[in-house]
Amino acid sequence: SFELLEKRELAPKVNLYKVRAPQVARARKAGQFVIIRVCEGSERIPLTIADADPVAGTVTLVVQEVGSTTARMAQVKVGERFADLLGPLGAPTHVAKIGTVVCVGGGIGIAPVHPIAQALKAAGNRVIGVLAARNTGLLFFRDEMRKACDEVRVWTDDGSEGKKGLATDAIKEIQAEVGQIAEVVAIGPVPMMKFVSKLTKELGIKTQVSLNPVMVDGTGMCGGCRVSVDGKSKFVCVDGPEFDGHQVDFDELSRRQAIYKEDERRAMERLVKEVR
Amino acid sequence: MAPTIAPVPKDLKKRFQTPRQEMPAQDPIARGKNFQEVTLGLEAEAAKLEAYRCIYCKEPECVQGCPVGIDIPGFLHEVEKGNFAEALGILKSTNLLPAICGRVCPQEEQCESLCKTGKSKGNRPVAIGRVERFLADWERAGGIAKPVEVAPPTGKKVAVVGSGPAGLACAADLAKLGHKVIVFEAFHKPGGVLVYGIPEFRLPKAIVAKEIANLEKMGVDIVCDFAVGLTATIEDLQKAFDAIFVATGAGLPYFMDLPGENLGGIYSANEYLTRVNLMGAFDPEHNDTPVVRGKNVVVVGGGNVAMDAARTALRLGAEKVRLVYRRSHDEMPAREEEIEHAEEEGIDFTLLTTPVRYLGDDKGRVVAVECRKMELGEPGPDGRRKPVEVAGSEHQFPADVVVVSIGNGPNPLVPRTTPGLETKKGKIVARDGSGRTSMKGVFAGGDIVLGAATVILAMGAGRQAAASIHEYLQTGTW
Ligand SMILES: Cc1cc2nc3c(=O)[nH]c(=O)nc-3n(C[C@H](O)[C@H](O)[C@H](O)COP(=O)(O)OP(=O)(O)OC[C@H]3O[C@@H](n4cnc5c(N)ncnc54)[C@H](O)[C@@H]3O)c2cc1C
Ligand SMILES: Cc1cc2nc3c(=O)[nH]c(=O)nc-3n(C[C@H](O)[C@H](O)[C@H](O)COP(=O)(O)OP(=O)(O)OC[C@H]3O[C@@H](n4cnc5c(N)ncnc54)[C@H](O)[C@@H]3O)c2cc1C
Ligand code: SF4
Ligand code: SF4
Ligand code: FES
Ligand SMILES: [Mg+2]
Repeated sequence: SFELLEKRELAPKVNLYKVRAPQVARARKAGQFVIIRVCEGSERIPLTIADADPVAGTVTLVVQEVGSTTARMAQVKVGERFADLLGPLGAPTHVAKIGTVVCVGGGIGIAPVHPIAQALKAAGNRVIGVLAARNTGLLFFRDEMRKACDEVRVWTDDGSEGKKGLATDAIKEIQAEVGQIAEVVAIGPVPMMKFVSKLTKELGIKTQVSLNPVMVDGTGMCGGCRVSVDGKSKFVCVDGPEFDGHQVDFDELSRRQAIYKEDERRAMERLVKEVR
Repeated sequence: MAPTIAPVPKDLKKRFQTPRQEMPAQDPIARGKNFQEVTLGLEAEAAKLEAYRCIYCKEPECVQGCPVGIDIPGFLHEVEKGNFAEALGILKSTNLLPAICGRVCPQEEQCESLCKTGKSKGNRPVAIGRVERFLADWERAGGIAKPVEVAPPTGKKVAVVGSGPAGLACAADLAKLGHKVIVFEAFHKPGGVLVYGIPEFRLPKAIVAKEIANLEKMGVDIVCDFAVGLTATIEDLQKAFDAIFVATGAGLPYFMDLPGENLGGIYSANEYLTRVNLMGAFDPEHNDTPVVRGKNVVVVGGGNVAMDAARTALRLGAEKVRLVYRRSHDEMPAREEEIEHAEEEGIDFTLLTTPVRYLGDDKGRVVAVECRKMELGEPGPDGRRKPVEVAGSEHQFPADVVVVSIGNGPNPLVPRTTPGLETKKGKIVARDGSGRTSMKGVFAGGDIVLGAATVILAMGAGRQAAASIHEYLQTGTW
């Protein structure tokens, strides 16, 4: 199990991994994630299931190299195995037929928003996908998202692909065109989710965000993933990862994500030394 | 098992005059800087002398005090004579994990609390746990390893969910009876609290690993990275197994809902200990998982978990570790030995005190704990005097790490995903003595039924469940 069957670079420092995990592939639903341990001594890190094939028994992960563990992951070759893969974790996305839904994927957030768009469309919604990133080089899954959505719009901060602007500009544009957006699903960097939620609150559009705090077990036994939602502490790995964006304390989440900055830098230095 | 009645010794006086054999231990200052086991174990001669302190009571109360009713005078009698292999046989017929229980049982509240020798004037009880540990260590060091006999295969399959002491004990007994057992564990390593919670310096992980290797030798399969309720449900497992034993433990950490509790550097004991023990954060040269290493660490609580967290913080290099507990010394639920060891190592016990809020810096990291003093009021329903806050007694302690160790609730994963399973306050309801739940073929035991309890109770529940699973597999009656 957990053999790496296929690996592809989607963008600089963004890889797609197809891993054998038959049980997980069978059980998973949109919005769920796995926890991977690359090798002995390595951390447990959560990664969203971007796609799965229950017949072939595979799950697809899309991972951005941001530090030591994701970099270690990038060194694994096809045919090798990950030490551990646990899942599917978290509560599945609540999928209902509600009308026009905008699914915003910011940068690496495009991967986790993809299965949610698929599920929402399958439930009979009109799904408009928004791919947003700093520049064209950070975009991926254009075709996959076109397949998953009724329509896809691309926005970049620098205008190197699609329209020039932020995810919030995309939402304003769509709102002006379609009138009534039933729901926004926004997944990406915390500041992006924060500003989208702020905007949609003003516009009165229900908004789901998927949170990415630091996790350990992923099964509700450590509390390390807790965030404040509507003033109450929630464990993201079991109560989430999706929450009402209008109630999330994003600033607290950002601060909690930064607890280990120093250790993470040291771990990366050690990895660089090991590789040399 | 009925206790062996050894002849009443004629040298009672000499026995009573033999001093309790002290447990050799690492020097308190040296051990505060390493993660090696604190206590070193009795030598063979000391173990024999300790056994000699037993007077072989006709009605041995010590046995009543042991939750699994080990034939204590029986094995002590063999130790006294130097027959370690025989002693071990008696011990292991009831206690599958003597190396572990000998180390972590709260003996002073259980077997040893009722010991007759300990009740004689000026005397202390027989150190039953220490002798138990001696025997198990003697076996591991190469004494004798009597091969476990496994009955011929019955063709029946049992799923055990959770690999803590309850699950391991149940799996061992069922395997011996010839049933095929598969243990499912959510973590990447089996052992439950024994590996992720209790630190190396109190329970070396090699001991747990050995017990697990023995199980595997008996034909038990252990599947890690499998969260029942998520990877597959109990209902799914029912299709492939003849019976299921749920032993998922008490893995839900409680917080106090205080202002500032989500600041960086504030951990549940589960998270703190898991990072250090299971993920190896104490050894950053070989493990990537980080943990905040504080200068000023405050641990909230007074149980075993709090002692483990405090002593772990010390070993991670803290300058000052302060344990904040809302009642007084006498009410602390931790094992006496752990309290003593913590005191020797220089943990500061700030008693009759409770945190009321946490203060942070501009980066959202904790810098101080505000506490209030407590007074013991009237006894509550449990007989313990209830602590009440003293108004206006606010004071602060500096803290860059806080470990909240106020207890754990039952793990909600299986109850939440198994609609047919009856629960009470989150705990799975299991019939006393048999472990039968409200679902046919599904048994439960250990902390998920009892709430956060002890290793020996979990092990006992696992064995009881194994017996009733065996009966159910043979008769089919529920
Ligand atoms: C539910 C969930 C789903 C996720 N899905 C994806 C995904 O599909 N693709 C993807 O590329 N990333 C995803 N992430 C983020 C991913 O887990 C982190 O990027 C990864 O853990 C970083 O590890 P590192 O050692 O490489 O980087 P580090 O340098 O150690 O850390 C970089 C940043 O990643 C975060 N991080 C570090 N350790 C953890 C941890 N144990 N758990 C969570 N976050 C951590 C912190 O914010 C940190 O500042 C997800 C996170 C969560 C919580
Ligand atoms: C820090 C600490 C110190 C302690 N010290 C002592 C002591 O000194 N003496 C003493 O007697 N007791 C002590 N205890 C208590 C004792 O460890 C527990 O009572 C005992 O471990 C309970 O055993 P168990 O088998 O019921 O559960 P656990 O040991 O909790 O094991 C449960 C296992 O099930 C797994 N699991 C949970 N849910 C699932 C799922 N859905 N699917 C698959 N697997 C799952 C968990 O990952 C875990 O491995 C301590 C506890 C802690 C936390
Ligand atoms: S198992 Fe625990 S309670 Fe029972 S005799 Fe041994 S140390 Fe005492
Ligand atoms: S009560 Fe004490 S003295 Fe009596 S049999 Fe038990 S261990 Fe021996
Ligand atoms: S990651 Fe431990 S409780 Fe969520
Ligand atoms: Mg990392």
